[in-house]
Amino acid sequence: MPLKILVTAKRVEDPESKIRVRPDGAGIVTDGVNYKMNPFDEIAVEEALRLRERHGGEVVVTSIGGDKSTTEIRAALAMGADRGILVRHEGALDPVVVSSLLAKVFETEKPDLVILGKQSIDDDQNQAGQYLAERLGLPQATFASKHESLESEAEQKKEPGLALGADGKSLSVVREVDGGVETVELRLPAVVTTDLRLNKPRFASLPGIMKAKKKELKELAAASLGVDLAPKVVVKRLAEPPTRKGGVKVADVEELWKKLHEEAKVL
Amino acid sequence: MANVLVVAEQSGGALRKTTLHALGAGRELARRTGGKLHAAVLGKGIGAVASELAAHGVEVHAADAPVLEHALAEAWAPVVAEIARACGATYVGAAATAIGKDVLPRVAARLGAGMASEVLGFGGEGAAVTFRRPMWAGNVLAEVEIATPVKVFTVRPTEFPAAPREGQGSVTALSVSLEASALKSRFAGFKEVKSARPDLADARVVVAGGRGTKGDFKAVEALADELGAAVGASRAAVDAGWVPNDWQVGQTGKVVAPELYVAAGISGAIQHLAGMKGSRVIVAVNKDPEAPIFQIADYGLVGDLFKVLPELAAKVKASR
Repeated sequence: MPLKILVTAKRVEDPESKIRVRPDGAGIVTDGVNYKMNPFDEIAVEEALRLRERHGGEVVVTSIGGDKSTTEIRAALAMGADRGILVRHEGALDPVVVSSLLAKVFETEKPDLVILGKQSIDDDQNQAGQYLAERLGLPQATFASKHESLESEAEQKKEPGLALGADGKSLSVVREVDGGVETVELRLPAVVTTDLRLNKPRFASLPGIMKAKKKELKELAAASLGVDLAPKVVVKRLAEPPTRKGGVKVADVEELWKKLHEEAKVL
Repeated sequence: MANVLVVAEQSGGALRKTTLHALGAGRELARRTGGKLHAAVLGKGIGAVASELAAHGVEVHAADAPVLEHALAEAWAPVVAEIARACGATYVGAAATAIGKDVLPRVAARLGAGMASEVLGFGGEGAAVTFRRPMWAGNVLAEVEIATPVKVFTVRPTEFPAAPREGQGSVTALSVSLEASALKSRFAGFKEVKSARPDLADARVVVAGGRGTKGDFKAVEALADELGAAVGASRAAVDAGWVPNDWQVGQTGKVVAPELYVAAGISGAIQHLAGMKGSRVIVAVNKDPEAPIFQIADYGLVGDLFKVLPELAAKVKASR
């Protein structure tokens, strides 16, 4: 049963880049900061590709942003996605706006499954997938994971963690929850958001990168989609967290014990 | 006047501690806006939890039905939204637990509300509330305003005091018309990660191991057991499959703030620090004197964790 899967590829600051707040508190310093696809979205793309490899179908990747977001779409195409859709929007984004726009893409593409990162590592809101599911009246499984570790044989073989039902109309998802892992079954179409332990994303191959340049990349203007583009969560100002002062080095366990027992009185 | 609704959680028939902290946050909002604090409790067989909530002086709305047993977001969201409307809630919040994070955005979508996740505190003046929350893995603190009439949020439980038992609220039972057959999602099983140790999120002491353990957590676990502590791990240790996923401390794992945090063989990646730097006292044990963890540790010991931890465990034992 072939699956049509829609995945997201948000452009975010590289998690390895040092993030500093601008002196006016109105944004972050972007000089010297690298950008890449949201790591949770990379996991979403990988999972979509594994499902396609197993069941056949199509993987459509979408990103909301300006010209530069085509880089992230191309990165997903280079991994193996089939085609891309850029929703052109230069303004601020919040999960309300993102989910409204994604809902429009969903309505035209009519995929069987939407896979998104559980959160983007800039806003860290962890909302867009859930908003989208509610907006579309779809079932959801957030924090998708699997029982096997990332060192397991199943992972080496790049087997999908999401399990399609025999009838091709349902999906079984293992979710990370407090105190353990839960399994839920969703009737398709459905929305899934990915956690870290779902898979290890592949790197794009050189032929993959060459092929990606020729793949279809369509553009939609956000303003033409009849969606309210005003963010509902407005960032007033940014600040750096108070820095924690480093303490002292101790020579041995004897001294450490004394400090913890007599100075900090924590043991 | 702006009423506040907090979504409660239970575990094995008992109110979760995290809910008390969310009620603490709700209490602060209610005080500032002059509103009343309400709580929604959903599930199957929740009578005792509802009474316990009422003993914290909140107005309780109890939705008791088999279809709500497993906290499926698709099932919970419409019920929470209905309660929010019925009690005229301007603020709807929960603890930022797996359930809170899963359900609340769906509630927000239903209420046409904007939402702030993992809130650390409230700002602004009087009834004009702003929300302080982390961005970029806690490297940035943002003050945000929610521009919709109803405002939804989750709070980081460690940042708010637990609401005390005080006063006596009422319990209103709700009839739930939702049928399981109408749902497109179904609970199919839960695999508990059992532990005799305290829960990471509530533990007074946490001993955590990282790449430096090379997969051998015996010394980490032995010290933890000597201290009655929870065991944590860095993302590197979890990704390697050495320890269970839910041991992970960090921005993408659990955020903890114990009295004492012992980081053994953990270098101190930004994303790990984001999950533990609120701890009162931090001890770092690492072979590498340049490890970034030493920059935030109160007490740093350059050394081999396989020697240091057993020695420390022996000291603890001898002191009793």
